[in-house]
Amino acid sequence: MTALLELKNVSRSFGGVKAVRDVSLTLQPGQIVGLIGPNGAGKSTLVNVITGVHPATAGEILHNGEPIQNLKPFQISARGIARTFQVVQPFPSMTVVENVMAGAMFAAGVMSMTEARAVAMEHLTFTGLAAQADRPANQLTLANRKRLELAKSLAMNPHILMLDEVNAGLNTAEINQALDLIRAIAARGISIVIIEHLLKVVTGLCSRIVVLHHGELIADDATADVINDPRVIEAYLGSRFAERQMVRHD
Amino acid sequence: MTKAQTQFLLLIVGAAVLLLLPVMSGNYTLRLATIMMMYATLAMAWNFIGGFTGYPSFGIAAFFGLGAYAGAVVQARGVPVVLAWAFAIVIGSLFAYALGLILLRLRGHAFAIATLVIAEVLRELTNGMTDLTGGGMGLNLPFFGWGPDALGRFFFYAMFALAAITLATTYIVAHSRLGFGLNCIKQNEDAADIVGINTTRYKIIAFTLSGGFAAAAGGLYASWTGYIEPSDVYDILFSIKPILMVLLGGMGTIFGPALGAVVFLVLDEIVWRNFLQLHTGILGLLIVILILFLPAGVLSFDWRALLKKKVSAT
Repeated sequence: MTALLELKNVSRSFGGVKAVRDVSLTLQPGQIVGLIGPNGAGKSTLVNVITGVHPATAGEILHNGEPIQNLKPFQISARGIARTFQVVQPFPSMTVVENVMAGAMFAAGVMSMTEARAVAMEHLTFTGLAAQADRPANQLTLANRKRLELAKSLAMNPHILMLDEVNAGLNTAEINQALDLIRAIAARGISIVIIEHLLKVVTGLCSRIVVLHHGELIADDATADVINDPRVIEAYLGSRFAERQMVRHD
Repeated sequence: MTKAQTQFLLLIVGAAVLLLLPVMSGNYTLRLATIMMMYATLAMAWNFIGGFTGYPSFGIAAFFGLGAYAGAVVQARGVPVVLAWAFAIVIGSLFAYALGLILLRLRGHAFAIATLVIAEVLRELTNGMTDLTGGGMGLNLPFFGWGPDALGRFFFYAMFALAAITLATTYIVAHSRLGFGLNCIKQNEDAADIVGINTTRYKIIAFTLSGGFAAAAGGLYASWTGYIEPSDVYDILFSIKPILMVLLGGMGTIFGPALGAVVFLVLDEIVWRNFLQLHTGILGLLIVILILFLPAGVLSFDWRALLKKKVSAT
């Protein structure tokens, strides 16, 4: 079976800085994969590489077996690969429903504006934003702006959705709502890659975790194995802490 | 009556008044109205790239001048006037397209500066190509052989048609996928990219529309005045006035640019008649004040609220 998404030895440099080095991984349909790593590990860069915002400087990216590493961002989103941004990126003075319409009209190719509005309203209802539909996007609270990002991405009709810290800056109640929403999205058969710092979120959602450290992939395994992996603990908490953990386990 | 209906009604009334002008008034008024429609066209041309897309182009003078020369050069070689205008449009659009491929990689200030230079470059080129353009001596166009009344009326109707087509195009763009996409680009280009908009293509279309309509106005202007020279048609004021007009009327709106052109030229006329010495200074001051107090343009002014206030006060 060809993987939904396959990265083969992908690298990305900015001048002399190698932000992503030689990363290979595959994504199967229907998976929720957690992408974790300390700050500056290259998680967001990897998402930018996949979506074509910062094209890979080396390696190959296959989507359903076809190379996509040379495509422009708009071509990649038209193929059904959507993402949200760590810092939300709305169209500020457009209304909430218009923001979502943009996703439906361009990436998903809905031709008529009336139809796009109907599609957008569906996604707003799903994400719980229907009541805010006609407000300008810049008047929303942070939690709602994150929902708007989700609704906009869903309107793009993706089969891969990459969520870049959708929970950052939210309180506990808001995070729980966001988790329910992500589960509901996954239940629609959309494969999800989720970048996250909160272990609660990762362990609660993902069956598999990929860990980046200094741009390199240091672990790719089932959730339980990864969070006990000494290399992962070392990456997050330093070598001395990892040694102590190992002694305790022995 | 909804806002759209009011605007439509006002548009019909405005067009009717304009079309009656040749019958009702003298050549001076007619000439003023023709200039007004020419500037309305230029302002609407700028609005495609500057208002809808948010890319501050200073390139209108370049396209205006190029259109004037393209039309004039072929007309001087015996091409019929309407064909010459079509040629001006084609040349202006092609040039804008080619330029867009290069310049629209730039954003913000860098784009503005780059467009500012084009008119200067074209002026120097036109100056240099004496055989084709007459260089600094200018270029005479074939005389129509009509009296001033007939000539004035002909160009009045021609300019009216051009302004009407530009307005119709503006309306269509604003209500289409293109306009929606351009608005997305204006508000957040990175997000527009990720949402699946071919931003480069959209920007180039907007820039080409801008160049094509400005060149059309230039072509008409050349035939109308009968004589053009580089320092006249590549004048930087042809770049700056349309921007001021759009700012006055309302950026990225449908009727704002045309309305702004009217407001600007009416102010210009009034100030010029009353303060011959200080007129540019006073005009500048008035424009600054208007833009300060109505940053979204004259179109955003809530006339109804004012009327209601008056009514409740009495």
